Amino acid sequence: MEKRRLVLVGNGMAGVKTIEEILAISKDQFEITIIGEEPHPNYNRILLSKVLQGDTTLDDITLNDWDWYEENNIQLLTNEKVIYIDREEKMITTNVGTTLTYDELILATGSKPFILPIPGADLEGVTTFRDMKDTDEMLAASKKYRKAAVIGGGLLGLEAARGLLNLGMDVTVVHLGENLMDRQLDEAAATLLKKELEKQGMRFLLQKNTTEIVGQKRVEFLKFSDGETLMCDLVVMAVGIKPNIDLAKSAGLKTNRGIIVNDFLETSFPNIYAVGECAEHNGIAYGLVAPLFEQGKVLAKKISGYETTPYKGSVVSTQLKVSGVEVFSAGDFIEGGERKALKVFDEQDGIYKKMVFVGKKLVGAVLFGDSKEGNRLFSMIKKQADISDTVKVSLLQPIGGDSGESVVASMASDEIICGCNGVSKGTIVQAIHEQECTSVDGIKACTSASRSCGGCKSMISELLEITLGDQFVATASKETLCSCTDLSRDEVLDAIRNKKLMHTREVMNVLGWSTSEGCSKCRPALNYYLGMIYPLDYEDENESRYVNERLHANIQKDGSFGVVPRMYGGVTNSDQLRKIADVADKYNAKLLKITGGQRIDIFGIEKEDLPKVWEELDMPSGYAYGKTLRTVKTCVGETFCRFGTQDSMSLGIALEKRLERVGSPHKFKMAVSACPRNCAESGIKDFGVVGVEGGFEMYVGGNGGTHLRAADLLGKVKTADEVIEYASAYFQYYRETGIYLERTSKWLERMGLDNIKAVIENPKQRKELNERLEVALSVQQDPWKKIIHSEKLKSELFEKVKV
Amino acid sequence: MKQVVERIKVLKIDEVAKDFGKTIRVGETEIALFHLKSGEFYAIENRCPHKGGVLVEGLISGQHVFCPMHDWKIDVTTGKVQEPDHGCVKTYQVEVKGDDVYILLS
Repeated sequence: MEKRRLVLVGNGMAGVKTIEEILAISKDQFEITIIGEEPHPNYNRILLSKVLQGDTTLDDITLNDWDWYEENNIQLLTNEKVIYIDREEKMITTNVGTTLTYDELILATGSKPFILPIPGADLEGVTTFRDMKDTDEMLAASKKYRKAAVIGGGLLGLEAARGLLNLGMDVTVVHLGENLMDRQLDEAAATLLKKELEKQGMRFLLQKNTTEIVGQKRVEFLKFSDGETLMCDLVVMAVGIKPNIDLAKSAGLKTNRGIIVNDFLETSFPNIYAVGECAEHNGIAYGLVAPLFEQGKVLAKKISGYETTPYKGSVVSTQLKVSGVEVFSAGDFIEGGERKALKVFDEQDGIYKKMVFVGKKLVGAVLFGDSKEGNRLFSMIKKQADISDTVKVSLLQPIGGDSGESVVASMASDEIICGCNGVSKGTIVQAIHEQECTSVDGIKACTSASRSCGGCKSMISELLEITLGDQFVATASKETLCSCTDLSRDEVLDAIRNKKLMHTREVMNVLGWSTSEGCSKCRPALNYYLGMIYPLDYEDENESRYVNERLHANIQKDGSFGVVPRMYGGVTNSDQLRKIADVADKYNAKLLKITGGQRIDIFGIEKEDLPKVWEELDMPSGYAYGKTLRTVKTCVGETFCRFGTQDSMSLGIALEKRLERVGSPHKFKMAVSACPRNCAESGIKDFGVVGVEGGFEMYVGGNGGTHLRAADLLGKVKTADEVIEYASAYFQYYRETGIYLERTSKWLERMGLDNIKAVIENPKQRKELNERLEVALSVQQDPWKKIIHSEKLKSELFEKVKV
Repeated sequence: MKQVVERIKVLKIDEVAKDFGKTIRVGETEIALFHLKSGEFYAIENRCPHKGGVLVEGLISGQHVFCPMHDWKIDVTTGKVQEPDHGCVKTYQVEVKGDDVYILLS
């Protein structure tokens, strides 16, 4: 059978989504050509505001990369604009003279930003916010200029304004109406929104009618109808959009605001269809993304010759993509007449929720401050669910226990879960079954659901839970390393090993971090993981360490430091005490304190004095600031105590000397008691030893801090050497499998005591763990000595400049 | 009124490594001077608006510094505290001429 020629005009979200739907149901029916004006493959236009806000890049918002077109045998013409349709000959012509014949023609020409017809709208520095080019222009302007004015206080205008604020500009939003986002919010929510955005640094001029943009070459100020002016050197017009209908109009298709289509997206002429923002259905041209997907599905079936239910219009919902602000609105949200409202207003927490009912049906909702229930309410609005059996106000509460049925469960298979990418429940369930997706991130990779705004994550999670049952629980709790990445600690570590990544920046670049420089969470974590994986080759990154670890002292709230020298096993002597006393006097220590770990903290040392203090102490660093072995607390044991059964001090000192300095996911505290009276408190330590007649008991996972937890018995051994061997293996196992900043008490609960026991008790594994620890220990040196002997480190890290 | 701007030479470029800060004391004022990965220098008041933490000791990521006390994130180029916290710190103009770094005080 000969293939039909299908031509799509417009390489945007609606058109390409339709093509995707067509490919999914009738792969070989068509020979497809797509013509697009922009030089990019199809990208997610609704995320441009996130590009502007600096959260992401063009690559990340690309929906179909060049390969996709090639893999699907689609001819793509970019930088070309269709200027003529010959509907009798079924042929189109582009601005560069390309002509193509078609059997079926889809118009998805989208819309263009409305430009105010006022003088100066063509000045340099005046832009709209519609495509990548506009975004680039704003990014460039923010580097050179300070003052931005955004005309239009709607969704797009506010997202643009927030982006410009992020870029360091002074931003004023000029709005004609009385309230912000007046098409999506009621007055109460708009007022809260304005207050919140003002807190973020945005300024507003409401009820201002811009009459002129004034400037020589570039914009200099705005003039308003009341005679006032506003200085600015960038103007972003976000006053609305209008469908691109010029091409359709010239071809003689019926148009109004948009290209008029029927319930099957057919235009007034056979074999020509329109979809997306350019189409007008039943008097409405939608400017949001979700309806486009619903239309695309209907059109794909129609054009492929399958039976389809007609498109009956869309109920739309809006969510503002501005960090720190949760706004949601859907349906008919203004009360009046037969529409009755139920409102909840929590002034204290700045939360406002409103539902609008007609009889027993929910028809609209507005949420501010907490939009978690948005998806659920939206689903009820779309389904026109009868809520007469429900206590209405409980609709605003999260579903918990048996108080409500899961919405996801009751959704039909073709209902959309991810509105940004048009992914239906059925598609997700299919991915779970056929592609073995077990996590939200798996679903994201397979179907693109939740890839954009992320608002549907909870629904996907719920769907996974329903579909997978028990299997899900084990995999669901994926925690990402930090907000710069979607990868978990394990995924990052696997990639570091498999791809031989040797540097924090390399990890961020190769694994697609959303920030170019990382944050205060991932940088120290990566620094630790890389050092743990490559103990000999990785060069520790001092700039990725927290101040205490970088300066090897404990910062205090006044900016001075505490110094804690090592006292192995909590044992000291008169010589050490004398030195500590001398140093304390000479450098005006503000406090000397015996610590809980059996040593002395010298408080109130100025930063520039630290190297001198260390030199005069001539003692090793106690690492009171480190994610490493802190102290080994001991009791006096058999040497003096009448109950003592073992030499706890010697064992404590040996353990401390063996394990000190090497980094671990979090701090690691130990203790050795010589008898079950447990004077060293071994039961609340990461690794605690209790001497008993003829041997030692080893306790693990104890914690005396925020997560108070009694340690579990790991096992019993006969000799001190065995304790050291077990403790070393245990410590190394924690180093290798712990999540950065996870104490052993949490780690043990996560890993399971029995699993850990099995590893440590296995002689071969114990030996290997010890060997790997040896390697890591072999390159450690006392940090204080290292700094004392380096003039460069001393001046770079510790000296202040006084002028 | 005419403003007098004082330009003070504080250090040479190589005296502070990239992604590190340096405390500059001018009389009673403490300024945190940062040398960013990009090579640029920025100077802000050395006190976090939250609880007065010394910002110069914070972890530097791109153009942000994370206060060592409670992890507030501050843009060193604008002095603005980043979401979810609020506030700002004073910024000082910095000039680099040849190898020398100057701070402008008005």
